[in-house]
Amino acid sequence: MALDRATVAHIASLARIRLAEAELEPLANELSQILNWVEQLNEVDTSAVAPMASVAASRLPMREDRVTDGDSPEAILGNAPRTAPSGGKAGFFAVPKVVE
Amino acid sequence: MTHSLTALDLAEARDGLTARKFSARELTESYIRAVEGARPLNAFITETPERALTMAEAADQRLARGEGRPLDGIPIAVKDLYCTKGVLTTAGSHILDGFRPPYESTVTEKLWQAGAVMLGKANLDEFAMGSSNTTSWYGPVENPWRKQSERHSGDNRPLVPGGSSGGSAAAVAAHAAVAATGTDTGGSIRQPASYCGIVGLKPSYGRCSRWGVVAYASSLDHPGPMTRTVRDAAIMLRAMAGHDPKDSTSAPVPVPDYEAALTGDIRRLRIGIPHEYRADGMPGEIEVLWQQGAEWLREAGAEPVEISLPHIKYALPAYYIIAPAEASSNLARYDGVRFGLRVEGESLDEMYELTRAAGFGAEVRRRVLIGTYVLSAGYYDAYYLKAQRVRALIAQDFAAAFERVDCLLAPTAPSAAFAIGEQSDDPIAMYLNDVFTVPANLAGLPAISVPAGLSADGLPLGLQVIGRAFDEAGVLRVAEVLETAAQFRHLPAFIAGGRG
Repeated sequence: MALDRATVAHIASLARIRLAEAELEPLANELSQILNWVEQLNEVDTSAVAPMASVAASRLPMREDRVTDGDSPEAILGNAPRTAPSGGKAGFFAVPKVVE
Repeated sequence: MTHSLTALDLAEARDGLTARKFSARELTESYIRAVEGARPLNAFITETPERALTMAEAADQRLARGEGRPLDGIPIAVKDLYCTKGVLTTAGSHILDGFRPPYESTVTEKLWQAGAVMLGKANLDEFAMGSSNTTSWYGPVENPWRKQSERHSGDNRPLVPGGSSGGSAAAVAAHAAVAATGTDTGGSIRQPASYCGIVGLKPSYGRCSRWGVVAYASSLDHPGPMTRTVRDAAIMLRAMAGHDPKDSTSAPVPVPDYEAALTGDIRRLRIGIPHEYRADGMPGEIEVLWQQGAEWLREAGAEPVEISLPHIKYALPAYYIIAPAEASSNLARYDGVRFGLRVEGESLDEMYELTRAAGFGAEVRRRVLIGTYVLSAGYYDAYYLKAQRVRALIAQDFAAAFERVDCLLAPTAPSAAFAIGEQSDDPIAMYLNDVFTVPANLAGLPAISVPAGLSADGLPLGLQVIGRAFDEAGVLRVAEVLETAAQFRHLPAFIAGGRG
């Protein structure tokens, strides 16, 4: 599969990575090379094989549904680049306005 | 005296501390100087000497009371992918600028509980994506080994330590840490161990908790130890391993005394030699070393058996779909909102896009884009599910092999360390470094690299022992026999703490 510039721009937008116009062509070439190489998997007959997501036990462990941690807003917000106060204390992550 | 302390391996340092031949403080001070001396290698992103001395003094107090713990006073390096409470944790990425985790990873917490002393955070490929430690935002790590002057043909450029746990490997090889933690998603413990002439153990999936380890590809990420000897790996693994309710994939199985498993007795064990590993033009010196390894095991009473892993050649392409797919999902959290770098934008989406463009390096960006593509509508079945089906076939190949044999012997990497800058233009050439290590990640099997010989240029080469799931004890036992037979006593050109 050869990826064109428009496809690279589309997946970059899905991945939320801004690319400059000049980066599209080289990336299209690199990604196409990688995809061509992984396509050797098509030589393998997998029609009778179920996909394997993990080697871990397929049933996840269960536990009682109760709070085990938390109530530490300072610790949680401590690494945030921008916060907004709530009642005089750090209370929210701050982001650019998302509703008009 | 102080210099010779850094020449001791973990078991020797432990025994010396227990016998009160030297104090944890003396040992730690020697290593703090060694870490400073090793700065030309760029093996550490963050040094933590004050914390190390505080931890050493606490260890000395316990040792004086006769309450010593298994790793009391042992100075180690921590790959900077493990979150350490209050200590900068970067994953080798610009996007985690200034991140000081408010929590401690389970594995490092266990190590501190066992008495280990933290020297600092070791450099790595960005988000553990790489095989050369050249993708780190903090610059490449230099391998302490150099080609031997009488052998190289004028080219004596600095070499890569391998990756992604390159800082950990370089620190241990240069005696700037007794041991280190690493993580292995496609070979990131074993390949740098091979390149730096040390021991690297990737345990079974679920043996060591992933909680608090920055995620790359969650179904393939394995924390594990990097050490000077097989015995040291056994000691470290016992302290690092164990069930953790905070990691839902952590296995609720008991942790044996791995050191006690090192009996040296491998009589009548059947050792599988997977002949498919010979494909793809393996260099002659690696083929010879592999045969020598099989011969050493035969002389110790084991029986080498040719076996087949028919789908093994598809492990690497399957890995380079699955790992980027999981990475693209895991790395979605780096958005400039909760931690690390933020580049302001007019809108929320613009802020995300500018932050991630500035924060991710070229290889991370490449893998996130590939992962996004193979998971996107219309391509999910053709790429992602296909790779997962091939993964199932590879796991079945190993299961069939382990009906006939007790463990497998293979080379660790297809070459010795290469020069910094070599192979960097071609992503696929770089990916091929992982060709012998990736299969054990897909199947979740324990695998260890042991230094077994030198290349024609005088660089270390490792052999790999792969075992049944949760049979680290068996893997370590065979590895120790290899280590004893190989008598690998060579040291790198650069030893930070002096040569003892």
